[in-house]
Amino acid sequence: MYDAILAESITITGHDSDEIEAYSARTLQAGPVGGVVVLHHLPGYDRQTAEFARAFAAGGLNAVMPNLYHREAPGAAPDDAMAAARASGAIPVPDERIVGEVAGAAAYLRGLSNSNGKIGVIGHCSGGRQSFLAAVSLPLEAAVDCYGGFVVETPPEGHPLHGSPALVERAGNLSCPLLGLFGAEDQHPSPEHVAELEAALKAHGKTYEFHSYDGAGHAFLQVDRPSYRPEAAVDAWQHIWAWFGRYLLSSGSERSQICART
Amino acid sequence: MCTYLTEKVSISGSAKGPTGWIRVTDASVYFDHPVHAQAEHTLNIDFLDPAAGPSARVAVELTAESARALAKAIQAIMDSAPPGLIT
Repeated sequence: MYDAILAESITITGHDSDEIEAYSARTLQAGPVGGVVVLHHLPGYDRQTAEFARAFAAGGLNAVMPNLYHREAPGAAPDDAMAAARASGAIPVPDERIVGEVAGAAAYLRGLSNSNGKIGVIGHCSGGRQSFLAAVSLPLEAAVDCYGGFVVETPPEGHPLHGSPALVERAGNLSCPLLGLFGAEDQHPSPEHVAELEAALKAHGKTYEFHSYDGAGHAFLQVDRPSYRPEAAVDAWQHIWAWFGRYLLSSGSERSQICART
Repeated sequence: MCTYLTEKVSISGSAKGPTGWIRVTDASVYFDHPVHAQAEHTLNIDFLDPAAGPSARVAVELTAESARALAKAIQAIMDSAPPGLIT
C-alpha cells in the first residue's frame, strides 16, 4: 500500500464562517478514502492528539484536528491557548461553537480531491463528549466516543455545564453508528453512565458498539500519562480501525488496505 | 474526567518564566487534567498578564497533596508575618 502522508497546519472555515487553525494529516493515496475529524481533549490542541490524526493518515484515511481554542489565542502554543481560553471563560467551549467547528472540519475533508465523502468523528476525554455532540447534531457516517464525560450525567449546580439538558436526551438524533470506548474504573463516565447511554441507544434502535476495559480508568489511550493502559489501548485501537474501515471506506479493497496497515 | 471548573482571581505581582520576569495581573486556579505533571488531575495555577498575550504565563501543576501543603504554607507564612508588614 502506498503510505505517504502530508501533515501540516492549515486554516479551515469553522463556526460562524470564521477561519480557525487546524492540523491536517492526509493520505496521499489517490483514493477515494474517508475522513476523520479528530477532537482534542481539554488540555488542548496538542502533540498527542496530532499523533491520532497522523495515525489515521498513515492508515489510509484523511484526518483533521480543529484547534478548539484558536479563537481565544491565535498562534499561541497549545497549552497557552488552553490557559487563555480558561482565563477568558471560554472553557467549556459552547456546544454550538463545537458543532460549527466540526461542520467546518467535515466540509474541509469532503472537499479533498481524494475524498469519498464519508466523514467520521473521534474525540477523547472532553472530545469524547464533543464527538457524541457532533454525531447527534450533524450528518456523519461514523463516530467514536473515547470516555467522554457529561454525556449522561447532569452536571451539579455551579458547574459550567449545569443547566443544559444531558446530551443522552438527544440520542434519537444520532446520525451514524457509534463506537464507545470506556474504562471500567472510570467514574466520569462510570459504568452506570455507560449502561444508561447504551440503553438510550438501544431504545432508539441505533447502531452502536461499546467496549469497557477492566483495569482501565479515564484516559487509558494517553500513551504519556500514568492512566495509559497498553492492553486496553491496543484493543481499543483495533476497534477504532475496524469501525472506520467499516463505515468510512467504500469498498472491500479499501478496507483490506486499512487492515493491512493496522 | 474534565472538571471544566476554574476559579479566577485578580492578583498583583510578578512571576519569572523562561523569558524573564513578567508582571502578573490575573490567576486561573483549577483542578483538572495537567499538560505535563504525571497525575490524572492536578491543581493548576496560571499566573497571567493577559495584556501581554497568551504566552505571558507562568504555570504550575501540583498534585493534590502538594497543592494542599502549599496552600497551608502560604497561609502559615502570611499569618506569621510581623505586624505592620502586610498592608
